[in-house]
Amino acid sequence: MLAPDPATRQPLLRLTGVHTHIGGYHILHGVDLQVAHGELAVLLGRNGAGKTTTLRTIMGLWRASSGSIHFDGADITNLATSAIARAGIAYVPENMAVFSDLTVRENLVLAARDGPLDTARVDWLCGFFPALRTFWHRPAGNLSGGQKQMVAIARAIVEPRKLLLVDEPTKGLAPAIVHSLMAAFRELKAQGATILLVEQNVHVVRALGDTASVMDGGRVVHAGPMALLAGDAALQQRLLGLSLDTQP
Amino acid sequence: MLRQLLSGDLPRSRSLTALLVVIVLGLALAPFLTSGARPLNTAATICVYIVLVASYDLLLGYTGIVSFAHTMFYGIGAYGIGLALARVDEPTWGVAMTGLGLALLLALVLALVVGLFALRVQAIFYAMITLAVASSFAVLSSQLSDFTGGEDGVTFSVPHVLSPAYRLVEHEVSGRHLDGRLLTYYVVFFGCLLLFLFLLRLVNSPFGRVLQAIRENAFRAEALGYRTMVYRIWANVLAALTASLAGALMALWLRYVGPKTSLGFEVMTDILLIVVIGGMGTMYGAVVGATLFILAQNYLKDWMAHGAAALDGVPVLAAALHPDRWMLWLGLLFILSIYWFPIGIVGKLRLRAWLAARS
Amino acid sequence: MSIAPAVPSADAQLPATRRDIAPLLLVPALMLAMLPLVGSWSTWVTLTVAGLAMGMMIFIMASGLTLVFGLMNVINFGHGAFIAVGAFSATLVLLPLRGWLAMDSLILNLGVLALAIVVAMLVTALLGWAFERLLIQPVYGQHLKQILVTMGGMILAEQLIHVVWGAGTIAVPLPTALRGAFLLGDAAIDKYRLVAVAVGLVVFVAMYLILNRTKVGLLVRAGVEHGEMVEALGYRIRRLFVLVFAAGAGLAGLGGVMWGLYKETLTAAMGGEIMVMLFIVIIIGGLGSVGGCFIGALLMALVANYTGFLAPGIALVSGIVLMISVLLWRPAGLYATGRG
Repeated sequence: MLAPDPATRQPLLRLTGVHTHIGGYHILHGVDLQVAHGELAVLLGRNGAGKTTTLRTIMGLWRASSGSIHFDGADITNLATSAIARAGIAYVPENMAVFSDLTVRENLVLAARDGPLDTARVDWLCGFFPALRTFWHRPAGNLSGGQKQMVAIARAIVEPRKLLLVDEPTKGLAPAIVHSLMAAFRELKAQGATILLVEQNVHVVRALGDTASVMDGGRVVHAGPMALLAGDAALQQRLLGLSLDTQP
Repeated sequence: MLRQLLSGDLPRSRSLTALLVVIVLGLALAPFLTSGARPLNTAATICVYIVLVASYDLLLGYTGIVSFAHTMFYGIGAYGIGLALARVDEPTWGVAMTGLGLALLLALVLALVVGLFALRVQAIFYAMITLAVASSFAVLSSQLSDFTGGEDGVTFSVPHVLSPAYRLVEHEVSGRHLDGRLLTYYVVFFGCLLLFLFLLRLVNSPFGRVLQAIRENAFRAEALGYRTMVYRIWANVLAALTASLAGALMALWLRYVGPKTSLGFEVMTDILLIVVIGGMGTMYGAVVGATLFILAQNYLKDWMAHGAAALDGVPVLAAALHPDRWMLWLGLLFILSIYWFPIGIVGKLRLRAWLAARS
Repeated sequence: MSIAPAVPSADAQLPATRRDIAPLLLVPALMLAMLPLVGSWSTWVTLTVAGLAMGMMIFIMASGLTLVFGLMNVINFGHGAFIAVGAFSATLVLLPLRGWLAMDSLILNLGVLALAIVVAMLVTALLGWAFERLLIQPVYGQHLKQILVTMGGMILAEQLIHVVWGAGTIAVPLPTALRGAFLLGDAAIDKYRLVAVAVGLVVFVAMYLILNRTKVGLLVRAGVEHGEMVEALGYRIRRLFVLVFAAGAGLAGLGGVMWGLYKETLTAAMGGEIMVMLFIVIIIGGLGSVGGCFIGALLMALVANYTGFLAPGIALVSGIVLMISVLLWRPAGLYATGRG
């Protein structure tokens, strides 16, 4: 009898009872969340439900006041943000946080902590995001919103990372760019990356997500396979106030 | 009745009350409790510094504005009255008041101009700009030495009633002649008392509360409908005018004005030290802090000299205890106060009393 | 929930933003404009070189201050401490070796000077490190306390200078080979001023190269914009802070040495005295901008020198007038970094 492969048993990321207070406001009220190896987990919920706060807490940008966060077997709850990043988590924030004064190349160089830029990987990235090549030596501040988003995501994957936290990448972007992003995510998934995606674009959610967790009022109120949520219109209406059935 | 006098801002701590009573009585009766010129000088300086620091507390502690221009206004008041009295043959009250009036006008205009220009920007900007303005003013006044007496300053005579030659009554009371100096002392004392009570009234009024709201969260205050700029400018102007009056009283007492005593950066540092150690945003912190500071400045140095003599031979320590190095220890105390004593002496006393009352 | 709006994508190439060269033209423009006003060529040369030299020294002293503010959002009212301590530390080399300084050998003189500078910079960098850990780190984000605490630090440093070096002033005569002037036609150009200009240019170029060509420089530039994201990319930004702070302190020490030699006397208060000028310069340049600081320093020194000649009465307030003029043109300084 073969011993069960530990990698498929333990989730890569596990939040247990995480509470977060910000400036006196109690935002997260005991979040329980799991992301398995190799899956693309989608975090859904209305505005203000606590999705961004959850990502920021995982990243250590906000301290969890109680509860625990385990990543790849280790307890990262009270680690500094830089340590959490070095443990293998990459973060693409909602506002992208692209360094405007630095060129696209410099943005990527900075993100490539472990060594010089891998040209093969860069080529692969430029395949998805041609704008990177075009603006390679231009200050990133000159780029449009969609192009900046490409830079932000390229930054997160310029070196392989164990987990990607991505916060609403398609917000306000044109369909063509959303298309490129989706292709990139699909490719990443195929390569075995694990992604926790906060997203409100229903098309993206349905097409990419393996599992769906829904947040409301600082808690996860539903978690399960995407198929479960996608197949239950009443559930969708109750949790999200809309239907996931809309076509792009 | 006392409550009304103090505008409802009671000490709220037995130790603090006792301390304040001792200080006020001490200052009130100083001429009769002590002999000689030095203690009286110390007492007068304490009175003036109390008002000077309290007016700075209005800006820093209550409104949250860091300004380095405060000594400039202090100096303007001093020079106003001093230069006026120096330039005439017959020092009369009229001349003195005219000088003072012009000084107050200048202070008002400057406070308004600086406020309007700079209070709209971030706190750091404002601090740096006031620093630049104040130092330019100091340099300018030492340049115009024909008018201002330059580095040496100007001595002048005061109205006859205040001069040492004047006698109210012929015989002494408790070792002191009831002369012009005594009268001057009480002019200073009561003047400062009135100004202090005025400031106390100010910070405990609705105006004062808005200032504190602005200090806590200017954005919110603005959202609540208060035009924060207007309030800040008002605070700036009132603090400046009070400082000028304090300067005028000091000039009257010293019968001398000079850049070192009025415009120098040393005075600004002293004010900052006192307001932090005494307790920001309390007004009484200025009273306690100024008293301790001036007493230390005048008498601690003697102790340090003893200490240095005792340690003669020990290389660094002897130098560190040299009386000229008293700023070293004060600077250390200042830094420590900011971390561990952020509420200052007064705050600490009140906290203790409050905790004791709760248990 | 949003469906991405069906508008044509803004993917089309944006026109390149024009480089902001207006501030760069200010210094040459000023120099040229003053030539006819000053009248005499030789006087103009003397004034300009003096202005450039002083400007370079001020730049060296102020660069650390503005960089620290831009990166860490920390305002250091005690920066003058590094200047004074740097100058005094240099005497540890300059005084014992004054024999070599008295000899008319350029190599020896420059050698001793270089050694003095190295010592000064090491001492001040160390002091800067201590400053950051003990005084500044506890008060990140609280500007009011920063102002107070750093002022306290400067008082402390000044007093400690008195304790260690005595209460008086120390005279530091210029090295013999650096005294005197070159003659360019009618114009006399002080040798030491040339050295100051050279050192200033070296520092500026070095800073430019470090900021733009090295990873550390990359981190600093990124950190000025978005410290949190730098941290999220895996870098310990606190270490960067300490490094930059210590480097800024070291630069101030270098500036102090140059400034002390320029005045040929050292006083414990020399750092504090110059703080106002430094603040004016970094406000003019834009808080956080090294390039702006460079231009601002040169402008201020040149303006002070020119007005000192043309209109001595206003020379002392020329700094303030310049500051106000620049702020009226660009309220956040010549190069706004989004911080100030």
